[in-house]
Amino acid sequence: MNDWVEACAAEEIDEEDVMRFDHGGRTFAIYRSPDDEFFATDGLCTHEKIHLADGLVMDDIIECPKHNGRFNYKTGAAKGAPACVNLKTYPVKVDAGKVLVQIG
Amino acid sequence: MVIVGAGECGGRAALALRDLGYEGPVTLVGDEPHLPYERPPLSKEAMASETPEIRAITSDELLAEKSIRHLRSVRAAGIDRTAHVVRLSDGASLSYDKLLLATGSTPRKLPMPGLGSRCVYLRTFADALAIRAHLRAGSRIAIVGGGFIGLELAASARKLGASVTVIEAQPRILMRGVPVEIAGIVHDAHEAEGVKILAGQGITAIADDSAEVRVTLADGKDIVADLSVIGIGAVPVTTLAAEAGLTIDNGIAVDAELRTSDPDVFAAGDCCSFPLAVYGGRRVRLEAWRNAQEQGALAARNMLGAGEAHAAVPWFWSDQYGLSLQIAGLSDEGRGIVRRDLGEGAFILFHLAEDGRLVAASGIGPGNTVARDIRLAEMLIGKRAKPAPEALGSPDVKLKALLAA
Ligand SMILES: Cc1cc2nc3c(=O)[nH]c(=O)nc-3n(C[C@H](O)[C@H](O)[C@H](O)COP(=O)(O)OP(=O)(O)OC[C@H]3O[C@@H](n4cnc5c(N)ncnc54)[C@H](O)[C@@H]3O)c2cc1C
Ligand code: FES
Repeated sequence: MNDWVEACAAEEIDEEDVMRFDHGGRTFAIYRSPDDEFFATDGLCTHEKIHLADGLVMDDIIECPKHNGRFNYKTGAAKGAPACVNLKTYPVKVDAGKVLVQIG
Repeated sequence: MVIVGAGECGGRAALALRDLGYEGPVTLVGDEPHLPYERPPLSKEAMASETPEIRAITSDELLAEKSIRHLRSVRAAGIDRTAHVVRLSDGASLSYDKLLLATGSTPRKLPMPGLGSRCVYLRTFADALAIRAHLRAGSRIAIVGGGFIGLELAASARKLGASVTVIEAQPRILMRGVPVEIAGIVHDAHEAEGVKILAGQGITAIADDSAEVRVTLADGKDIVADLSVIGIGAVPVTTLAAEAGLTIDNGIAVDAELRTSDPDVFAAGDCCSFPLAVYGGRRVRLEAWRNAQEQGALAARNMLGAGEAHAAVPWFWSDQYGLSLQIAGLSDEGRGIVRRDLGEGAFILFHLAEDGRLVAASGIGPGNTVARDIRLAEMLIGKRAKPAPEALGSPDVKLKALLAA
C-alpha cells in the first residue's frame, strides 16, 4: 500500500501544534512545525499507548500528555524518559491545502 | 560510582551516568529482587489485569551493554565515609568516589497492635501481587487512608467488582496538596462507582484473626473486610544515612546540587529533602515519580562535577477511573485561585501568590484534557510569571501565548 490518505486541511492545525487522525482502525498524530512543515507519526505513545495529540508541541518535540515522555516528531526518536522506544514516522505532503499521509 | 537503591531514581541515575559518557565502574545496589521498575502502575488499572506485570525501566541487556553492575536482593548495611566504602548485607563491600543514596520512601506504619497478614501496605511489586490476590467480585476491601495510593487502589478494586470502603481520618479525602474542589470531583467519582467513603473517621482499633479483619471506627462501628490496605502516607528511608552521620531533616538533607552534608555523598528522589528554588529555597521533600527521575539524572550530572542547581517545578499526576488529575507546583504556596474551564467537565485551578505570581496549577478532567495546560502552567511557574488573572480564567486565551509574552 503506497496510498496517500487525506488527513485534514492544512489550516486545521496551528503552527507548532498537533492533531489526531484516525484511519482504518489505526491512529496517527499530524504535526505542523513552527516553520510551517507537516509531519506524521504513530498516534500513540510508546510508553503507555496514550494519544500524543493531547500533548504539547515545542519546536520539533512532542511531549506526551501522560508522563511527559518526549519524541522528536520529525524523526520519531525518543528524547526523554520514560519514553525509550522510538515512534514510527510517515511521509507527509501538502497538496491544494490538504495534508496527505502515506500510511502504507 | 555507587548507587544505593535501585528504584526509579537510582535506576535513572545509573543510566544517566553512562549517557553522560562516564566510563568508570557503576554499581547499583538494590534490596528488591527485580530490575528497577515503575511503581505508579502498582495502584492503577494495570493492577486490575489478570496477571499484573512488572514494568521495568531498563533491561538486563541494556545494563550489560552499558556495563552497569546491578546487585539485586542486597542491602547496603553501612557506610564508612572516611574510607569511602559501602558495606553490604551479604558481607561484601564496595568502595566509591561518589555515592548516591536513592533509598526512596516506605509506607508509614499504622501505630496499632492487632495488625496481621490481612493488613497490608502497598509499595512494592510483591505488595501489589499480594493485594491483587484478594481482589475479585464480592471481596471486601477496607482501605485506611484517603490519599492517592488508597484511592487509586479503590478504583482498581472496584473494576474487579470488589466491595470497597475508604476510611479517612481527615474531614475529606486528599487533604494534603489537593484543593477542595478537585477532591470533591474525585470523591463524587468514587461514590458514583460504588465506593463507600467514610471521611472524618479515625480508627480506634484493628483486629486481624487471619480469616477476616475488623476495623473499628471512632464512632464505634466496625468495618469487616477480607483485606485491609493501609495507605496513610510514606516516610523517607534514612536509616543508612543517619547511621553514617549525615544530616537528616524530613529526609536526607541535601543542598541545591543534591549533595548531603558529605560532599562525596549525594541523595535524590523520595528519600531527600532539598531547597526548592522556585519558592525561594523552601525545603521540601517530594514523593513524586517525575521528581525521582529528574533528580536521579541531576545527581548523576553533579556526581560528575556539573555543579548544577535543581531548578525543576514539582509535578504530579494520578489516575482514577477515567479521570486524570495533574498538579504542577505546590498549591499551598497560593493565596488566590483562578479557575479555567476546559469543557467536558475538565478544569484547572491556578494558584496565585499575594503578588500575583503563578505558583501552582491543579487540574482534573477526563482522559488527558488538562495535560497540555498544566504543562504550560508548569513552564509559567518556572518562569515566575505573573499572568493576568483574566487571561488565566479565559479558555480562549492560549497559555502558550502567555508563555511567549
Ligand atoms: C503504588 C504507588 C503509586 C504511585 N503513583 C504515583 C503517581 O501516580 N504519580 C507520581 O508522581 N508518583 C507516584 N508514586 C510515587 C513514585 O513511585 C515515587 O516517587 C518513586 O518511586 C520514587 O523513586 P525513588 O527511586 O526515590 O524511590 P523508590 O522507588 O522507593 O526506590 C527506592 C529503592 O531503594 C531500595 N532501598 C532502600 N534502602 C536500601 C538499602 N539500604 N540498600 C539497598 N536498597 C535499598 C528500596 O527497596 C527501593 O527499591 C507512586 C508510588 C506508589 C508506591
Ligand atoms: S504514556 Fe507517554 S510518557 Fe507515559
